[in-house]
Parts: sequence; structure tokens; C-alpha cells
Amino acid sequence: MGRTPLAPPEPIPSLSILDEHGTVDRQLEPAIADEVHRKMYRAMLLGRRFDEKMLELQRTGRIGTFPPIKGQEAAQIGSVIHLGARDWFVPSFRETAAEILRGRSLESVLLYYNGYNEGTLIDATQRDLPMSVPVASQILHAVGLGWAASYRGGDEVVMTIFGDGATSEGDFHEALNCAAVFQTPVVFVCQNNHWAISIPFAKQTRSRTIAEKALAYNMPALRVDGNDILAVYAATAEAVARARQGGGPTLIECVTYRVMMHTTADDPKKYRRDEEVEPWRQRDPLARYGRYLAEKGVLGEAAARQVEEEVREEIRRAVEQAESTMHALDDPLDMFDHVFAEMPPRLRRQKEGLARGLSTREARHD
Amino acid sequence: MTKMTMVEAINLALRQEMARDERVVLLGQDIGPDGGVFRVTDGLFASYGERRVVDTPLAESAIVGMAIGMAIHGLRPVAEIQFSGFLYQAFHQLENHAARLRWRSRGRLSVPMVLRAPYGGGVRALEHHSESREAYWAHTPGLKVVIPSGPRNARALLVSALRDPDPVVFYEPKALYRAFREEVPEEEETLSLGQAQVVRPGSGPTMIAYGAMLLPTLEAAEVLAREDGVAAEVIDLRTISPLDCETIAASVRTSGRAVIVHEAPLSFGPGAEIAATLMEEAFHYLEAPIERVAGFDLVIPYFSREKSYLPGVDAIVAAARRTLQF
Repeated sequence: MGRTPLAPPEPIPSLSILDEHGTVDRQLEPAIADEVHRKMYRAMLLGRRFDEKMLELQRTGRIGTFPPIKGQEAAQIGSVIHLGARDWFVPSFRETAAEILRGRSLESVLLYYNGYNEGTLIDATQRDLPMSVPVASQILHAVGLGWAASYRGGDEVVMTIFGDGATSEGDFHEALNCAAVFQTPVVFVCQNNHWAISIPFAKQTRSRTIAEKALAYNMPALRVDGNDILAVYAATAEAVARARQGGGPTLIECVTYRVMMHTTADDPKKYRRDEEVEPWRQRDPLARYGRYLAEKGVLGEAAARQVEEEVREEIRRAVEQAESTMHALDDPLDMFDHVFAEMPPRLRRQKEGLARGLSTREARHD
Repeated sequence: MTKMTMVEAINLALRQEMARDERVVLLGQDIGPDGGVFRVTDGLFASYGERRVVDTPLAESAIVGMAIGMAIHGLRPVAEIQFSGFLYQAFHQLENHAARLRWRSRGRLSVPMVLRAPYGGGVRALEHHSESREAYWAHTPGLKVVIPSGPRNARALLVSALRDPDPVVFYEPKALYRAFREEVPEEEETLSLGQAQVVRPGSGPTMIAYGAMLLPTLEAAEVLAREDGVAAEVIDLRTISPLDCETIAASVRTSGRAVIVHEAPLSFGPGAEIAATLMEEAFHYLEAPIERVAGFDLVIPYFSREKSYLPGVDAIVAAARRTLQF
């Protein structure tokens, strides 16, 4: 028999530039302006410190459940940094650092995790969608936005982020397929953090990589060390440039790790051992990047300290501001607004009924 | 005026709105050169090309999900789902996103899209091609649900839906696609969404129907006039949600009797909502219990038996007589 026995294809390679020991591949090191480096570092640090602060707030009952992002800052910042104001960003729910870099205020995040609709308000200058909780469903919106961008003749790029769990959903596959068929300017960024609540990557898919899933759609794809901001930056830069020039979509898999719980309502001790997590703590993206910048002379000790102080102060002020804003948002009637452009009569009556109930302290009546 | 079928009238609405507004784009399965399985988009591909009449891969969630993204970016997408029985594969896109984005973004984003799908029985179709599940969408805050009952109002309602700032589920009674012709004016015509229409005035009972059930309801009114000397008032809902409580309550306050007709299953169907509304708005005027003539609480049977499933003239007449004899 001349035929080669059936076997899976070769896995696609992985890109690493700044490895976990801080060694840089000088051949691949992307040229990045110092101020961009400082911007990215600050955004990562802000994401990290804010995450830590939110955990503290949650544990003391000052915000509700939220999904920590710790350890995934490089995957988020290294990709979103390439988007301009005219580009669109379509996040899932574990992209707080990226959303903040795009312009979402810390206050808005705090309002959201304290159960206020005001927390999903997107600033009029931002071309971002509010974070999406139903896993993978937002990926298709990115394809539609990209389609519309092309239709309208712009050179905008759409970037969407999702996790490894999302790649098991039909919407992920429908989105990749349609983006490839229509050649929409979309960059798909998967944060493969190895865990979808309690399901590890090995149980999520038999694929060796997420990136290889793009091959079926004849879409360029790359797997990168998601804790290596230089690799994330280089890969997504290429993807964004391709999309902008009409070259169609790309899938970038950022291999990272969810060192924290799924959300604060989750206890990972039920399904994974701490020894498994420890090596990933050693691969921390922020520490690695900080060392690189220090060695490069972009961020000295004093400068690093200053950023640290600035970031802490920004967070302190945001928490203070959010808590006073929340105090003023005690009018529940607000929930009736923005269901439709024009409120239907029956909904208006329900709103008036609740208003009467509130003012007379009687039970609500519709 | 030209006499048109509902298929032609819907085609006219799409054609004229596409000419009028560049933001209107169609997407769906087989809607291009094939003109859609019911030929609703016939000729539009030839006129507007693949840029505006987009044949998609066979993926309902993608059709709706992409339409949402397109609408957010300022287009006016018209997504066609080949049969409403396949829309469930996009259920979450409508429920979680299309219906909510305005609210979630506090008015910053909106999803002005129209989702068109043929629904209902009566054409001897295969499994999953005949159901009537408008209640799902009517139950979803943030969606409007519109169902025409004839060529002329189909055209006018669709034009209004295409210009509406919010997502509209536009269910087309496929039994009526080619059932009869009506004069449809070439010049623009719109009909307000959320407004029911008294299509046959009378002193009562009030008979409330929509979509393909309007015809047998009108026929039942005719039988009642002929055989019972009763002048039933027939209301065509046209919009299921938001429900025009005003029009139906006003009629029942006068007639004291109500019969609700739909082919959707009885339990938790639109009739339940309408009856509850009438209890709230017209209780003191009621002379008899409200009657519902609906599909049974079954999957619509295979087509050799669908006639026994769908509300017919006799059942509607009998229900009306029960309200009169109470």
C-alpha cells in the first residue's frame, strides 16, 4: 500500500520571544517605542492591582462576584494595544485590563460588579461592546461588525477575545467559518488559560492547540506564549495589520493560565492541586515584563515605583468615586429605561406602578 | 395598484427599502441567486448584488449574531431564517443580545435589525417546518414581534419594521404566502407597529386573531352573521408584542365577549396573555368566560393530520356561540 497511514497533522508551532527566565530572543524581539512599553506596563500593572483590589472588596462584601484576571494581563494588553479609536473591541468577561486600556473607567467596572446597569455604559467615544457573559456568543458580533466595516468602506479592525472554553461552542466555529468566508477584518484572540471553571484544557478539546482549529477554516493562526507580552504584541500586530489591509481574519492563541479562581464564587481546590498552579506563578507575565524593561533601561527602579504609586492612587480614587456614585444611584426606576427607543404603554404603566409603590411604601402594583 | 401575493408584497417592501436606504442589507441561506426557498427575495440579488444580498453559510446563530454586529455598526440588516423552526439555533443571540444591547449599553448601542422567518402550518411541509412559536419572542423583553395577515399589511408592516430603531421578529404566515392576492400600492405605505386593527366592526363577540388564523376567523364571523344574526367584531393583532391592549380592551368593553384564535399551542400561548389582559382591562364588562381556540399542546403533527390540529372555522364558530349562550 502506497498510502500513508491516517494520522493527525503536525501541530502548529508556538511563538515565544521573552521566555519565563527573562531571556529575550533578539532575532524576534519587536521594535517597540519606549512610551508604548511604558503604556503597556502601566496598563498591565493597573489591571493587576485593580484585580487585587477587587478581590479585597469582594471578600469584604463591598462588591459582588467577579472573575479575576490575574496572570492574563500580557495576553490582554499585548493584543488590545494595537487597536485605535476607530477599531472595535468585543470582549468576553475576563478582559478587565483590556477594557480599561480601551477606556472603560475603573468606576464603571466597580458599578457593574456591584449590580448597577450603569456599569455597562460605554463611553460615546469608544467603539467597544459591553462585556459578554454567554460564552462565545460575542464572537459572532465581531464578525458582523467587521462585515459592516468592510461594507462601509472603512479600514477598521475588530478584535474579539474569548477563552479556551469558548472554542467548544458552536458560535466560535460559526464565527471563524463566516469570517473566513467573508474575509472580514477580525482578529480572534483566545486566552487559553487552561481552565473553563473546573474543566481543564485536556478535557475541553482533543486538539493539541486552539490555534490549529483555524486550519480547518483556512485561516492563518499562531500560538503564542500568552504570558510573554512581546510574543503577544508581535503576533497580534501582524494580525491587525493583515486585517487592516484587507487580508482577512486571524486566530491568535495566547497560552496563559488562570492562576486564580473562575469567579470569586468558585473554589479551585475542589478540582486542581496547588502544585499545578505554582509553575505558572513563576511564569508571571508582569514580573517578566518588568525585569525586561528594567534591563532594557526603559523602566528604572524609581520609575517603576512611581508607576506603582500612580496606579494605586488611581484605584483608590476610583473606589472612593464609585462608592459615592453608588450612593446616588438608589433609584430603581432606572431599570425601565432603554428597553426600546420608545417605551411601550404597558411598560410605562409598570414603571409608574413601581414608582407609586416606592413613594407610598406600599407593595408594588402594576 | 397591482394585485400581489404576500411573497410579492414582501419582496416589494425589501426592494423599495433597499433602494431608499443603503444601510439595508439582506443575509440568510439561499436568498441570493436562488431567491430564498419561498422566493421572497427573488430578483433582489440580480438588482443589488452579493454585497447587499448575502448568502451565508448554513449557520443560524451566525446569521443572527452577524446581523447584530452589523446593526450595531449602523446597518439595517434583514436576517432571513429559512423556517422559524430553525431559529432556535440562534435563540440565545436574540434573547441574550439583540433584545438586550440597547438596555445593557443604556441606549448607547442599538440593534435595528429585522429577523424574517416563515412560521405556521398549512402547507403540508416536513417536520420542523410548521410550528408557531411567536410566544417565545413575545416573552422576551426588548423584542417586537410582528405577524402580518395579508399581502398589503405584510408590505406596510415590514417597511415599518425595517425603519424601527429596535429589533423586530417578523413572522410570515407561510400558509398565506400565495393563498390570495391583494391590491398593493406601488407608493410607500407603512403601518404603526404595536397597533391592532379592527378589520370587521361589529357589536360582538370580539374575535381576536393574527397571521394565518385571521382568515378562518373572518369566515367564522361570516357564519355567525348568516346563521346566528350576530355581528362579530374581528380584530387583527398584527403586532403580538408590544400588545395593543387598548384596542382589544375597548372592543371587549363594548361586546362583553371575547374569542382568541391562534395556531400556537394553547398553554402559555399569546391567548393566555390576551385573556389575562382582558381580565385586567375589561373584567366588569365580560358577559361570558373568554374563549381560546388554539393549537393543541402538541408538536404540530405531520402534515396528513395538521388540518385537525389547526383551528378551523367550525371550532371558532362553536367557541363564539359558547360565549353567546353562556
